[in-house]
Amino acid sequence: MVYIVGLLSIVFLALAFMVFGRLTNVMKGVSTPEVGEEQYGTTSNKLNGAMFMVFLVLGVIAATWSFVHSTQYFLPEASSEHGRRTDTLFWVSMAIVTGSALLTNIFLFYFAFKYQYKNGRRATYYPENHKLELYWTVTPAVVMALMVFTGWQAWRDIMSEAPAGAQEVELIGKQFNWIARYPGIDNNKLGNYNYKLIDNNNDTGIDFSDENAFDDFTNTTELHIPVGKPVLIRIRARDVLHSVFIPHMRVKMDAVPGMPTRFWFKPEKTTEQMRNETGNQAFKYEIACTEVCGRGHFSMKMNLVVEDEDSWKKWCAEQKPLLTSYPEYASRIPSNLRAKAAKYLPAADSTATASAGGAATAGNASLR
Amino acid sequence: MATESAVSTLSVHDAEHDHHEELSFLRKYVFAEDHKTIAKQYLISGIIWAIIGISFSVIFRLQLGFPQLKLEFLRPLIGNWIDETGKLSPDFYLALVTMHGTIMVFFVLTAGLSGTFSNFLIPLQVGARDMASGFLNMLSYWFFFLASMLMFVSLFLETGPAAGGWVVYPPLSALPQAHMGSQMGMTLWLSSMALFIVSQLLGGINYITTVINLRTRGMSFSKLPLTIWAFFLTAILGLISFPVLLSAALLLIFDRSFGTSFFLSEIYVAGEALPNVGGSPILFQHLFWFLGHPEVYIVMLPALGITSEIIATNSRKPIFGYRAMIASMMGIAFLAFIVWAHHMFVTGMNPFLGSVFMFLTLIIAVPSAVKAFNYITTLWRGNIRFTPAMLFSIGLVSFFISGGVTGLILGNSALDIQLHDTYFVVAHFHLVMGASSAFGLLAGVYHWFPKMFGRMMNEKMGYVHFWMTFIGIYCIFFPMHYIGIAGFPRRYYAFTSNDFTKNIFQDMNSFISIMAVITFSAQFLFLYNFVYSLIKGKKATQNPWHSNTLEWTTPVVPGHGNWPGEIPAVYRWPYDYSKPGAKDDFIPQNVPYSATPESNLPHENELISLEKAIEAQNYNDQFKQPH
Ligand code: HEM
Ligand SMILES: [Cu+2]
Ligand SMILES: [Cu+2]
Repeated sequence: MVYIVGLLSIVFLALAFMVFGRLTNVMKGVSTPEVGEEQYGTTSNKLNGAMFMVFLVLGVIAATWSFVHSTQYFLPEASSEHGRRTDTLFWVSMAIVTGSALLTNIFLFYFAFKYQYKNGRRATYYPENHKLELYWTVTPAVVMALMVFTGWQAWRDIMSEAPAGAQEVELIGKQFNWIARYPGIDNNKLGNYNYKLIDNNNDTGIDFSDENAFDDFTNTTELHIPVGKPVLIRIRARDVLHSVFIPHMRVKMDAVPGMPTRFWFKPEKTTEQMRNETGNQAFKYEIACTEVCGRGHFSMKMNLVVEDEDSWKKWCAEQKPLLTSYPEYASRIPSNLRAKAAKYLPAADSTATASAGGAATAGNASLR
Repeated sequence: MATESAVSTLSVHDAEHDHHEELSFLRKYVFAEDHKTIAKQYLISGIIWAIIGISFSVIFRLQLGFPQLKLEFLRPLIGNWIDETGKLSPDFYLALVTMHGTIMVFFVLTAGLSGTFSNFLIPLQVGARDMASGFLNMLSYWFFFLASMLMFVSLFLETGPAAGGWVVYPPLSALPQAHMGSQMGMTLWLSSMALFIVSQLLGGINYITTVINLRTRGMSFSKLPLTIWAFFLTAILGLISFPVLLSAALLLIFDRSFGTSFFLSEIYVAGEALPNVGGSPILFQHLFWFLGHPEVYIVMLPALGITSEIIATNSRKPIFGYRAMIASMMGIAFLAFIVWAHHMFVTGMNPFLGSVFMFLTLIIAVPSAVKAFNYITTLWRGNIRFTPAMLFSIGLVSFFISGGVTGLILGNSALDIQLHDTYFVVAHFHLVMGASSAFGLLAGVYHWFPKMFGRMMNEKMGYVHFWMTFIGIYCIFFPMHYIGIAGFPRRYYAFTSNDFTKNIFQDMNSFISIMAVITFSAQFLFLYNFVYSLIKGKKATQNPWHSNTLEWTTPVVPGHGNWPGEIPAVYRWPYDYSKPGAKDDFIPQNVPYSATPESNLPHENELISLEKAIEAQNYNDQFKQPH
């Protein structure tokens, strides 16, 4: 391909010089007549007319070839239910619009070529034709209406409320990585958060005065989700705009500071399955950022692991709740909930941290 | 009373006329109030900005096309933005992308295009001595100049110019601690844009007033050339939408400097939680795109107007569907205001709003399609002369179609989920907006160069320039569709971090970059031609293209006041080309029907009786002589 590129560039340059050379010859040969009546039926006019046809033919060939060549690099079949639907819509719409663009371009270039200047000929005085105009206003309108309608149905379904029982996870964007927060294995509910509670250890601002938060755990390298079951991603951002982009799932949604967003989808192929299908044992689903967020925007990524429900559960069970990793946060737990939190705290600690003062020092110490 | 004042202005004009020649150099060429001089000032500024803006894109294309390339040789130009290992800094990459977008959209395709041709053509084509207010017009240019200076200075800051993308979404653009480009560079960007908007408003008011009030006798709206219709509607679009951008910019300035929270809420950055709550970053996007979408038509409509004129003239045919063209432009201008949120389908906006905007967006495609069909039908059975201006106009139509159809894909919110902020969008808008309207600008320069400078541009160089640019642009932007379908996000410094972009399409990206360099080089041919023809070009005749519009009835180089004597009256529409029965294949607008009995259509014979009335009209006394 590199060679083809080089070759093409050279051919292009050579062509340009040839045309230029020819034109200057023409220029020298015939001293251009004064600007006036009959100067337009000249060689350069014919050349330009012919060039449009050449461009059309070569252009169509180049476009076809490059398309066929590029398909191998397109994303594999969507791994989510809605993704396959939008893919179908996309390719059908692409076929329609490519067809119409091609057709209109053909008319454009062909007419330019066909009706180029001929000495003594007169153009047809043809200022309007209402019927024609009506046709070509209505036809695109109808075709577009169909395209929109199917698109709208898909959009409505994709954006509908997540089905009951969808597995929730939270994805938080920050400069320049993603943080996943899981609802934990005990209650499967995400606890409250507050951006003012964010610090080095509690990087998602989990609010431990909410009992649902006790078993929440976080992870900055991988997002694990179960296959075959709706997954609802709750999305937020800590600092600036980011955008969750999971190309293989056809998922994209902005992460907005101060305004949580969400996207639900149903992954249908595990990472393992994709490895076998693509024949690439290193295959990974990825989450990229598609809203410019600063210097590290291009490298802001996280891997997505899709696995069957059992191994997903097993993986979750192996994770340590944040409270367990940093028991000093126990000081934030209101006294009436302490008992419930006990199981996430090291046995000795649960009493030691009962005094608020001690915890505050512990917290400060950890900050230093 | 009325006659009295008319008489007195007359005598004032007489008196003024005498000491007219003594304009100082400064008043004549620098703080000029003559619309033609201001147009040239805009044109030159636009060209300079275009060189800067496009060379930025060439630099970041080098980074994308040849990530391993050592860019040491750029160090003299951009200094320490090249690090010790010869790599471009990612911060500066974003700065380049941002400045490229800002410069091209606002300074080249808005100021350079509208500023040049609205200023130059409105008075000449409607038959006016000058703009309604020469003074405001002068102010408009100098506000633009100030805006330019601020933006230019920002390029040399140690922390670099603004770098959050041309859309400058907060919070990134509001938080200096989050991004180097949100420091002083952003302050200058916002100040510059505020001045720029003032300039646009001053210009726009003038265009609108001139078109409404200063048309010559007989120049009814139904006889206006499509160029004027386009400039007129463009000015209205700008007048309504630019103030909204100004308010967005001002609110952002407040958030940055005065501690307000219009766009900021619940932010933890650089190790601290900010106190701001209650603001909405999405609000900024709504405000921005309320201008942003009309802006794309502010950029495109003048180019389409210019194209209409050039295609009709060089096909020697009336533009097909004159009224449909006006109607579709009006439709576009109206719809342009109610589709903005198609840029925001996946921002978390209410999905119901997404549905509404999807329907509205696809409606706007209908008038756009009608315009394309009308251009093509104008070529049908024409007698086409391929002047460079005509070539660029045909190229424009081709880009407009090829880039426009992908709008139908992107406007479909379900499909936009995957494509938003990928190279597919980049391909779409560069073809439909960037390339098309740049071609409109170039076509206009080739076409009206004789009227601007009294000399012809070299045609052969024009041909080569056209073919290199036309092919080059398709080679650059067409492949970007593929890259976008493969999911490549835009505004990425490198594609090395993700497996789905790593190691694929590198050769395609190199190809694109090579074509970008070649296409950029081809523009120097145009520059050379421009300068060369300015000095040595063949002397132009009064009406070199045998065109119908009024500007060609002025002297070869029109002086102050445009027509030495009375301003011609107008009797017919501007598109009487190749009329059956007529002697020549064109009949200028100022030729009365009574002079062309051989070619009049039945209903036109009836109009002969109105000629006396047209001649007697005297809207205001600018007609008798130049002031
Ligand atoms: C056929 C009618 C058109 C439709 C339906 C359409 C639709 C769209 C949509 C939906 C987007 C947003 C894509 C995204 O960010 O995901 C978009 C982007 C854009 N369009 Fe169009 N478009 C049309 C024509 C035009 C025209 C005529 C112009 C310019 C003259 C234009 C200029 C742009 C620009 C500049 C952007 C990108 C802005 C950015 O994100 O930086 N479009 N278009
Ligand atoms: Cu990001
Ligand atoms: Cu838009």
